[in-house]
Amino acid sequence: MVLDDPSTRAPSAKNDAPWQHDKKKEDLQHIGKPIRKVDARGKVSGLTKYADDLVLPRMLHMKLLRSTVAHAEIVSIDTRKAAALDGVKGILTGKDMPITFGILPVSQDEHALCPDLVRFVGDPVVAIAATEEEIAWNACRLVDVQYREKQTIGGIHEAAATNEPRLHDYGVRGNIHRLENLEFGDMKDGFARAEHVREDTFFFEGNTHLPMEQHATLAHFDKDGKLTVWSSTQTPHYLHRALARVLHPLPAHHIRVIAVTNGGGFGGKSDPFNHEICAAKMSMLTGRPVKIALTREEVFFCHRGRHPVLMRSKMGVTKTGRITALDFESYLDGGAYGSYGTASTFYTGALQTVTYTVENYHFRGARFFTCKAPCGPKRGHGTVQPRFAIEVQLDKIACDLGLDPAQMRLDNLAPRDSLTANFLRIGSMGLGACIEKVVAGSNWKTRRGKREVTKDGRIRGLGLACSSYLSGAGLPIYWNGLPHSGVQLKLDRSGLVTAFCGSTDIGQGSDSVLGWIIGEVLGIDPLGIKVVTGDTDLTPVDLGSYSSRVTLMTGNAAMQAAERARELIAKGVADKLGVPANRLVFSNSRVFDAEDPKKGLTFQEAVIATEARFGTIGTVGSYTPPATAAKFRGGGVGPSPSYSYSATVVEVEVDPLTGVYRVPKIWMAHDIGRALNAAVAMGQIEGGVYMGLGEAMMEEQAYRDRVHKGNRIFVHRIPSMLEYKQPTGLEMPEIVTYVVEDPDKNGPFGAKEVGQGPLLPIMPAVANAVFDAVGVRVDENPVSFEKVFAAMAAKKEGKDARFGPSNGPDGVPDVDFGDSLKIKTPWQGGDGTAWNEPKREKKAAK
Amino acid sequence: MTAPPGPQKTLATFHVNGESHEVAFVPHKTLLEVLREEMNLTGTKHGCELGECGACTVQVDGTPVLSCLVLAVDVVGKQVRTVEGLAKGPELTELQHAFADMGAAQCGYCTPGILMTADALLAQNTKPTRDEIKECLAGNLCRCTGYIKIFEAVELAAARCRGEKAEPRKESIHGS
Ligand code: FES
Ligand code: FES
Repeated sequence: MVLDDPSTRAPSAKNDAPWQHDKKKEDLQHIGKPIRKVDARGKVSGLTKYADDLVLPRMLHMKLLRSTVAHAEIVSIDTRKAAALDGVKGILTGKDMPITFGILPVSQDEHALCPDLVRFVGDPVVAIAATEEEIAWNACRLVDVQYREKQTIGGIHEAAATNEPRLHDYGVRGNIHRLENLEFGDMKDGFARAEHVREDTFFFEGNTHLPMEQHATLAHFDKDGKLTVWSSTQTPHYLHRALARVLHPLPAHHIRVIAVTNGGGFGGKSDPFNHEICAAKMSMLTGRPVKIALTREEVFFCHRGRHPVLMRSKMGVTKTGRITALDFESYLDGGAYGSYGTASTFYTGALQTVTYTVENYHFRGARFFTCKAPCGPKRGHGTVQPRFAIEVQLDKIACDLGLDPAQMRLDNLAPRDSLTANFLRIGSMGLGACIEKVVAGSNWKTRRGKREVTKDGRIRGLGLACSSYLSGAGLPIYWNGLPHSGVQLKLDRSGLVTAFCGSTDIGQGSDSVLGWIIGEVLGIDPLGIKVVTGDTDLTPVDLGSYSSRVTLMTGNAAMQAAERARELIAKGVADKLGVPANRLVFSNSRVFDAEDPKKGLTFQEAVIATEARFGTIGTVGSYTPPATAAKFRGGGVGPSPSYSYSATVVEVEVDPLTGVYRVPKIWMAHDIGRALNAAVAMGQIEGGVYMGLGEAMMEEQAYRDRVHKGNRIFVHRIPSMLEYKQPTGLEMPEIVTYVVEDPDKNGPFGAKEVGQGPLLPIMPAVANAVFDAVGVRVDENPVSFEKVFAAMAAKKEGKDARFGPSNGPDGVPDVDFGDSLKIKTPWQGGDGTAWNEPKREKKAAK
Repeated sequence: MTAPPGPQKTLATFHVNGESHEVAFVPHKTLLEVLREEMNLTGTKHGCELGECGACTVQVDGTPVLSCLVLAVDVVGKQVRTVEGLAKGPELTELQHAFADMGAAQCGYCTPGILMTADALLAQNTKPTRDEIKECLAGNLCRCTGYIKIFEAVELAAARCRGEKAEPRKESIHGS
């Protein structure tokens, strides 16, 4: 087997667009500089409008009455008393919106209001609009809903063991939503060649995004019979689709969705939500604008956060730690609905291969329906939980083999410009540089394993972990061959450049990315560019702010549109000045002759000359990712135009008596391809580290399971910000950040993602650091103090020095995954198809 | 059914950002509600309305308070300052400039509350240490930034307010 045989290298992506990844840093005017974000002024002056800041004349306020039971048939709903209350203007129940919706075409399983079945405490049943918010609340209390309770399904093991009742009448069987079984290469041979094999079981508890802004929506069915919906959404395009579906026969082109600046999203605002559809329907019912602003408790019910995942990983390695075989199982607690769950399931198996070479790989994934708020995508979507498992397991393997965990990783890096066992195409790959940075910065080699004692008697430990993330999903949610992102530019005689794009700024800076790139290409001030985004009436489609896709995809679309404008202007100016177009330079808001810089026009004059010559100026750009190499069923999740890489070293100080630990310092290196804006990239990295630290130490979306008067009460344990623990500024450690730039040819100026990747390695690094300090393993995230204590107690008693799910046969549920799809790896001569795949009917996507 | 007779609205004059506002409001309304809903000062945000997040912080007689926990009637006769009252006309304060320069406002939702807390700190302490800044802002949650850029922005603003020609540290902007 030859892994670096050029024939197995990735064919270079079709790339006829000038993404300028090879531009030298010094030659760039704006890219990479710490210029302000285009929306900075509004945000520091309180003038930026978020959804709940919007008010329209005659606006009604809407509230949702939510289920108080975990699983039940709705026997009756009596809204008469509520309807009679002064000020109540409209009431909706499930029968008013019978059409289902959902983010993925394969799981359109949600109703705007439950018509006959509620599936978790918090499922909405009735919507009421009134002239004042308080009246709407009071009216909700007057509604009488009778339920006939059904068996609660509370978690992974329970769902696996319960065939009846089913929460949904679709899915694989019983309460299994999805089952995946993919086998790459020859597992038998892989394990036969292994010199060391380990099998471990891990659990990652769910957690939530907790954006500071609660979701809010304002809907207005206007005088023209057209609907406008302003919402705190990361995905206006998909909300538009869902509205058009549920509000049928209202034509899609009579619906306008405007994504208002999001007060944080992190994936939590990327589904179309029931409250958004209810507000729209209510506005159509009442003929008045309708607003709903969710309470914090309701945001916990919307959830779509990190899936709780149980994982079993069997890894075979050579003496140097090269992975000859990896057999990975994941069991996801999906909550009550499909949401992104199909993709989440695949993501728990997708990116194991892009950091270190995995020669043979078997992945099995199962997702279950349970009576919890639905899980979905949170920062790092589905790849976070397996990354925890893999990185902790590698640390254990390094220990077993007596290797340095950092060196072992360096020795086995997946090669750049290669295909992985599961046909992901790696381009630029800066993980090696990242590891070297954090190893040097933290003095890893001399400080690890030393168990230094602090003045207050705590024991120090260092833990290392790495990760990778996508720069956007290679395939869209609806497989339709259309661009993933489009940008239109309008240039007018005032010299103004306006960029129209469907992308949505959720705080990551996507509006600014448009400005920086267009400003760079046209040689004008990015802050002078007007950016119009996230409006389905005005802006070309961008699929949304998810999967870290925006910088790369809208960035490339913006670059194409700007290049076209530049070409046109160059022609206009060339004619006017009598200079060949290819000699013109665009810089400092001027267009001038490279050989005689004084000969030139201001940018505004250049636009005027061009408009005079060619008429009104407008250009478009769009972006579609390169075709994926994975052709097997399920190969649609994982491919990306490029992968970012991160490595971290976390330092902990553990109290050997109590297990309480603090994190004084973190070293983080992230391969971003190229930082389009230094300061903003740093902010994304630090924010990712913070959120990862919260997940590692304390955050969990947990449930309270009690019996009361013979009834099982199954409710969210912590639907408030006080109870849902998250780090404050006081807990934030010092962070030493290294920005590693390994430009990728698929990215605008070489840029890769930064919004999600740096979160991923923090949790396993914390677990590994705790081990380094006190010699116990916590195989369950969060690595909370009581788990460290429990593991230390077990160690003292001479038991396994570990806290985590059982490693025995009862540790994971007994699920029949059926036959695997078998795919030959690239180095076995595979072509990306499964050799045993049954023929698929081709269905045209809409 | 008609609504049970609700509490009568009361009329009061508020002093907000140096202006007087005469407002009729139900006396159980919080300052947050009256600012946002009756005075259209939507710069002040809310993340919980339970005193848990700090997004609603405003200054009352110079002291930061959680406006979701204060009844509007309790601030009658006092000087209220919100984020809209920071800038002098179009002129941003050093604190606001520093937040813009450092990228300390990502989604920007926590920013008004943090600015009001930090502004009160700088009014009292022209040279706060990192620990003092951390302590002071511990009640203001931010989910985006990881707080580092916020702390650095407050330090930068403090230095500039002292008349120093301060610029962001290179490691803060470009990494180590
Ligand atoms: S709104 Fe959260 S503390 Fe006031
Ligand atoms: S900037 Fe988004 S919450 Fe602080």
